[in-house]
Amino acid sequence: MTQHERNWLLVAPAAAWFLVMLVLPLSVVLLFSFGERGPAGGYVPAFTLEQYANLPARFTAFQNTMILAPLGTLAALIIAYPLAYQLAVRTDPKWKTILLVLVIVPFWTSILIRSYAWIYILGGRGLPALLDAMGIEGVRLIYTPTAVLIGIIYGYLPLMVFPIYVSLDRLDKRLLEASSDLGARPFATFLKVTLPLSIPGVATGCMLVFILLMGEFLIPALLGGGKVFFVGNALVDLFLQSRNWAFGSAVAFTLIVIMLITVTIYMRLIGRLQSGRNDASIM
Amino acid sequence: MRLYALCVYLFLYTPIAIIALFSFSAGRHASQLQGFSVQWYGRALKNPFVMDALQTSLLVAFVSATLASILGTLAAVGLQGIRGPARAVFDGVIYIAVMIPGIVIGIATLIALVTVFDIVNPWVASLWPQSATAPTFSMGIGSLIAAHTMFTMALVIIIIRARLATLEQALAEASADLYATPFGTFRQVTLPLIAPAILAGFLLSFTFSFDDFIIAFFVAGSETTLPIYIFSSIRRGVTPEINAIGTMVMVASLFLLVIAQLILRRGATR
Repeated sequence: MTQHERNWLLVAPAAAWFLVMLVLPLSVVLLFSFGERGPAGGYVPAFTLEQYANLPARFTAFQNTMILAPLGTLAALIIAYPLAYQLAVRTDPKWKTILLVLVIVPFWTSILIRSYAWIYILGGRGLPALLDAMGIEGVRLIYTPTAVLIGIIYGYLPLMVFPIYVSLDRLDKRLLEASSDLGARPFATFLKVTLPLSIPGVATGCMLVFILLMGEFLIPALLGGGKVFFVGNALVDLFLQSRNWAFGSAVAFTLIVIMLITVTIYMRLIGRLQSGRNDASIM
Repeated sequence: MRLYALCVYLFLYTPIAIIALFSFSAGRHASQLQGFSVQWYGRALKNPFVMDALQTSLLVAFVSATLASILGTLAAVGLQGIRGPARAVFDGVIYIAVMIPGIVIGIATLIALVTVFDIVNPWVASLWPQSATAPTFSMGIGSLIAAHTMFTMALVIIIIRARLATLEQALAEASADLYATPFGTFRQVTLPLIAPAILAGFLLSFTFSFDDFIIAFFVAGSETTLPIYIFSSIRRGVTPEINAIGTMVMVASLFLLVIAQLILRRGATR
């Protein structure tokens, strides 16, 4: 047996598994999205674009996703950046790792349990009661878009902090010293040195969070109370309640396409931003 | 700045603390704190539905993490020597596996397997000697394990490849120069060096499978895993019992994560 054959033998089981459990299912979704709904639900073979023409029926779900996903990503970025900066640049190396692990650990514990805790906090006896006691009356939080946004930020904050921390931690601290030796104020140093060099981390964090948010189901289901729903919630409804596989497949496939397009455009933009900066630095 | 960091940590840990706090309440209602008691832990552990769900979750997590670690390790090692378009396709598939939302993986797996089973079942029945006793395929533990293995295998491959990239090729070459067979080199040189990454990959896979709700929600058929049980209970209203279960689950995942971290750390410094 040659080295080459041996390599293929090692990869074969995994390749077969991906083929049956990933490539086949995604192909079925694509195929079904051109089909029709059976009389008792399910799928009837056909070739029609009817399901795609029908997409506006679920416009609200796409609209909510396309508004709350970028908004959640931005909010998470704004909250995460100062923390990552504090940890990477201003913290004693002795404490760095443990403090970073403390940020990441929640992400690896059940998002289901962490999210439902917010039903307590945002519910009638939680924050609204507290605000009421402080004289701010009539605040309703649970089952509103705000609740979903808070849940989203909470759920995905660790994923945003981590890559930004890594890029700031790698940053050569002598650059900061050089900048201040040359008379730059701390804020100017941050704006002209630190921030540009941390762009790759910011880009990675935003992309990770955005991708996960596009497919979110759990947080809107728990904290949106059926009033704030994402494409994910529409998919659950279409496949498990109304059993409309053909239309559900069209919605799922559209979601994947929107994701791929946004991510590609985003990567291009980031790429251009960085190459643009390199040109500038040569001058 | 320090105050700000403190606030973020409070934001991250308050919800977790609240669940733990309420799980020790002696009251009957989840929204009130009354006294201190561990009765809800006792009740949760005696609830047959909870125990059944826990058993299913543990079985699925163990089998899928084992399969993913073994097959993922083999694939990561084999991929080292594969270049060209085949490699690009494989990398693309791994990228898709990690990037596609869990909900789409769940739905796609559900409709694909149900369709395949609908075709295969009558066919098996017609070939079986006594069609009444013919095996029928349906969604359940098997489909759940298969779906979790697919996703966690992608994670394992990524983790092991990162570890393999840091190893010196010279070690394997030296071993070959000393007339070790390829399998001998793998067993005595490569495997000990990537063992920590494999173990960490196993633990992460286990945690992922154990905590996964969304894929299981679609592909579990009539089986109930712990996250599915928790989700349907919350829908009916939060009880102190659910808080107790949630606290136990989080403590258990934390424990596994800390171990995975320690193993990865030790492997990296050696």
